[in-house]
Amino acid sequence: MDNIIEEVTASDYKYGFVTQVETETIARGLNEEVVRMISAKKNEPEWLLDFRLQAYRHWQTMKMPHWAQLDIPEINYQDIVYYAAPKQKEQKNWDDVDPELKATFDKLGIPLNEQMALSGVAVDAVMDSVSVKTTFKDTLAERGIIFCSFSEAVQHHPDLVRKYLGTVVPYRDNYFAALNSAVFSDGSFVYIPKGVRCPMELSTYFRINARNTGQFERTLIVAEDDAYVSYLEGCTAPQRDENQLHAAIVEIIIEKNAEVKYSTVQNWYPGDKEGKGGIYNFVTKRGLCRGENSKLIWAQVETGSAITWKYPSTILKGDGSVSEFYSVAVTNNYQQADTGTKMIHIGNNTRSRIVSKGISAGHSSNSYRGKVKVARNARNARNFSQCDSLLLGDKCGAHTFPYLEIENPTAQVEHEATTSKIGEDQIFYCNQRGISTEDAVGLIIKGYAGDVLNKMPMEFAVEAQKLLQISLEGSVG
Amino acid sequence: MLKIKNLHASVEGKEILKGVNLEINPGEVHAIMGPNGAGKSTLSSVLTGRERFEVTAGEIEFNGKNLLELPAEDRAREGIFMSFQYPVEIPGVSTVNFLKTAVNEIRKYHGLPSYPAADFLKMIREKMDLVGIDNKLLNRSLNEGFSGGEKKKNEIFQMAVLEPRLAILDETDSGLDIDALRIVANGVNKLKKPGNSTIVITHYQRLLDYIVPDVVHVLYDGRIVKTAGKELVGELEAKGYDWIKEEVAECK
Repeated sequence: MDNIIEEVTASDYKYGFVTQVETETIARGLNEEVVRMISAKKNEPEWLLDFRLQAYRHWQTMKMPHWAQLDIPEINYQDIVYYAAPKQKEQKNWDDVDPELKATFDKLGIPLNEQMALSGVAVDAVMDSVSVKTTFKDTLAERGIIFCSFSEAVQHHPDLVRKYLGTVVPYRDNYFAALNSAVFSDGSFVYIPKGVRCPMELSTYFRINARNTGQFERTLIVAEDDAYVSYLEGCTAPQRDENQLHAAIVEIIIEKNAEVKYSTVQNWYPGDKEGKGGIYNFVTKRGLCRGENSKLIWAQVETGSAITWKYPSTILKGDGSVSEFYSVAVTNNYQQADTGTKMIHIGNNTRSRIVSKGISAGHSSNSYRGKVKVARNARNARNFSQCDSLLLGDKCGAHTFPYLEIENPTAQVEHEATTSKIGEDQIFYCNQRGISTEDAVGLIIKGYAGDVLNKMPMEFAVEAQKLLQISLEGSVG
Repeated sequence: MLKIKNLHASVEGKEILKGVNLEINPGEVHAIMGPNGAGKSTLSSVLTGRERFEVTAGEIEFNGKNLLELPAEDRAREGIFMSFQYPVEIPGVSTVNFLKTAVNEIRKYHGLPSYPAADFLKMIREKMDLVGIDNKLLNRSLNEGFSGGEKKKNEIFQMAVLEPRLAILDETDSGLDIDALRIVANGVNKLKKPGNSTIVITHYQRLLDYIVPDVVHVLYDGRIVKTAGKELVGELEAKGYDWIKEEVAECK
């Protein structure tokens, strides 16, 4: 067994290339001037600059959190570039997009040409600090749907942005949320008007390209009464020896009877086999089920990043609101993940379901941290949590930290947890049927993570499955 | 088809097989019997390429190929199938999906394209009827929550789908009641094709009442100590293994 583990520990990260494109960057370091500069570059209104400055000042009073099961090296925030943008001409149409950028996204399997794009998927492509291109914008606009970069939303829909920005994740929320609120550069904005079902998947593809930069994007999704949208984000970064910081915020507001499905395929560069390089992925994602019977589904496949610190959460405020969280988190080599979810039950008759599948290989550490809170006045809340860990090899670690805060006696909360190993017996059984060890691991993982993979949008389920297999190639134990 | 010459094998440094010689021709059914600890399971593990077992001497030739040079999956692709004594469970993977992967891997090895989905399902249905296995079972996770009989039946069903040239039935009768045994044995008999061979590894006579062997070997203390026709089965059942042990002791 050990031989197999050592033979092939990690496959090559196939998104590790760098795009040669002229990039406008500002000097390293962070101070009030930098915050003002970012805001000025984006031609932002006064209120947004104020928001950033308040966040920055608050951030300066905060300390980096250390409660997670993570070993995070000291981060020098003055050594990071907070704004980097691929230089491009004013874009009027597709032909104006820099061919290098087009080629980059083609190579990543995200064609930005609408004729070539995946049918039924609109894409906002973000490289470093700016959005490069958003597809199918006009088609969506016909139904009143707004899908554009965050910067564009600030220019064209300032009232909407102002109304919702920071309402679900205030800048005071945590250290990285404050940092993001001060220096965020771009991201996606989605607005689904009342009674509209978004006819296609909306997707944002985040790409880090420039060296020494941090990526701080914000996503804001608003679904009005009876609206529906399925949204997916994907992430990759070049292969580099130094670590890069990614601290994002996602805010989702869901009104009465509306439903949002938020899927993530996170494949930031995880570092090399010795644990050198990779992205620090410190993300705050939260949805507010504000209206009655509103629904939020999180589905995520996480295979990348050197360190992941991420807990997509839902506040179930509306009576009868529902949230589900489905996650597969894979760590290999020296990756570390402390990830999970929070379900905060406030309204009556709210329901939540958590299905978390951790897979650890190599020398990695993979922790599930989840909180289920039922507020004092929340009657008849229901929660079911299932947290499974699968270990490959004997040098990795899996931990589960469930927190339950139940303040109302009518609540029904269930928690199940299992830990298993891929056994030599299982592998040999597959071998004996003509299936190679690599494929056997893939098959077993697929079976293990099936409940979650089934929840991914169809167009991405296959991709997500392949990603799982690639991330674990060779790490049989 | 299969030629085993002077095979020595050990596990964790302990020698279990101490010079096994065995030759099986196409179309033959061989029974390998013997008391517990004789090396029966080690022999099937070595034939199928389980890594934990180390071959220290000897040769195994299968259809002209040196079997010992092939990894386990290639041996399977060459047409060696083992019905496991203890089939494993793979949660979340249905038998049908598992077999689809297996069949297509084997086809790829032989330079054939993947089975078209419709044809594959048609074939699966035919084999299902042949073995008499329930459709519902095949759509459940592989062996998960199956009874002992269902697991063994599923092994035979997999054998029907994969159509091996050499099938090794490793203690297939263990844990089966008489009805399940009959069903499983009938399945094996129905699948028998001229040119394909079978090794039945068993401790008892009862399976051999249904799957009638051409040749019977007794494995004892890592060697084949007796080879005869099917009449040997009855003799062993009547007299047990002690007289064989005595014979071996006398020879020494």
